[in-house]
Amino acid sequence: MNPEYTAGSLSGAFAALVRRDLLLAFRRRTELLFPVIFLLVVISLFPLGIGPSPQLLARIAPGVIWIAALLATVISLDALFRSDFEDGTLEQFVISGHPLTLIALAKIATHWLVAGLPIVLLSPLLALWMNLPLESLSVMVVTLALGTPILSLIGSIGVGLTISLKRGGQLLSLLVFPLYVPILIIATAAVMAASDGLPYVQFLGLLTAGLITSVTLAPFAAAAALKISLS
Amino acid sequence: MLSASQISFERYFAPVFQPVSFDLEAGRLLLITGANGCGKTTLIRVLAGILHPTSGKLENRAHGMAYVGHYLAIKDDLSVIENLRFMRDFIGTSARDVDDVIGEVGLGRVAEQLARTLSAGQRKRCALARLLLTENELWLLDEPYSNLDQEGVELVDSMLNRHLEDGGGCILATHGAHRPAWRGTHDFHLVSGAAA
Repeated sequence: MNPEYTAGSLSGAFAALVRRDLLLAFRRRTELLFPVIFLLVVISLFPLGIGPSPQLLARIAPGVIWIAALLATVISLDALFRSDFEDGTLEQFVISGHPLTLIALAKIATHWLVAGLPIVLLSPLLALWMNLPLESLSVMVVTLALGTPILSLIGSIGVGLTISLKRGGQLLSLLVFPLYVPILIIATAAVMAASDGLPYVQFLGLLTAGLITSVTLAPFAAAAALKISLS
Repeated sequence: MLSASQISFERYFAPVFQPVSFDLEAGRLLLITGANGCGKTTLIRVLAGILHPTSGKLENRAHGMAYVGHYLAIKDDLSVIENLRFMRDFIGTSARDVDDVIGEVGLGRVAEQLARTLSAGQRKRCALARLLLTENELWLLDEPYSNLDQEGVELVDSMLNRHLEDGGGCILATHGAHRPAWRGTHDFHLVSGAAA
């Protein structure tokens, strides 16, 4: 690209990309629903598997819901860049002269809207199923609202790195699960503390810090990973 | 507009093509020919900035660059008009009316159809429509004639002639079944492997 050439407006490109990805997600509704259904099935299997003891279910609820949310996110992650990579759209993005970091951020934001937000919205229902006490239910929702964007952001780096591999999805899960561990620990600790009537704000603070850090850094890393995958 | 001096590209430590040097000026067409597998696509991708040359210097002074390669960057789940509207909004520089462009490339009848229902030639036309959509001084075309019928080939040639008459530049890679007729054409025969 000519260094003196300036492409069109960045906000226009960002909005166009988000709009297109939402439209595509709507056109492929079945793909969109799959992670959500997966989440519902996993959670509803637990009472069947370990018995419907209300105390036990309430105890394991934070961990179960969060682990199911991790799995549902990883299932949906591969779609983040794959179709753009395979049909050449990513090449067009590079040539457009728009920074790839911004493009990655737009795609991650849409991914969260499509895959993360439904989990957050469903979580009160899931928490009720698992007999989570009402006072910790709101904390559960807040941890998911803060945590699921982090999952999308960190996941995008893994997707960027594995996109050029034929069966990258399997490697992707190995790559991102270790990175998800701290979020899982902090988020479940917050909900458990709330259930026990202990202070939990520090955990939410840590999650917020994680969110800010990953929003600032992950798009750069994802863009760098995509560049490596393209060459 | 675009000048290259001693550009080379290595894959797994083996050079893909012999070093390339040229200087493309406005109103000129650089026609890259060569056998299958000699590195035409790789060279175009290097020139487009998707790949980084292993050695040599590439200077791009063009105002805007458009690239149509083997992967057409068309979304199956969007209609022709939605595909092009997205690209126009995404690139965001002074743009033409999408409907006009669709008519020009002969897709008027299928404009509202999802791209998955198009034939290979129609998809190619849809990708070529991107060239007309925004103002790009430099066109990089990788086998633009593939999959096109006789009328489509003539369409590419007339688009190309108009672009070059308006002072644009173009680099076109083809294996040579059809060659565009333009008076300011430089032939460049690409040879694979290391420098002789």
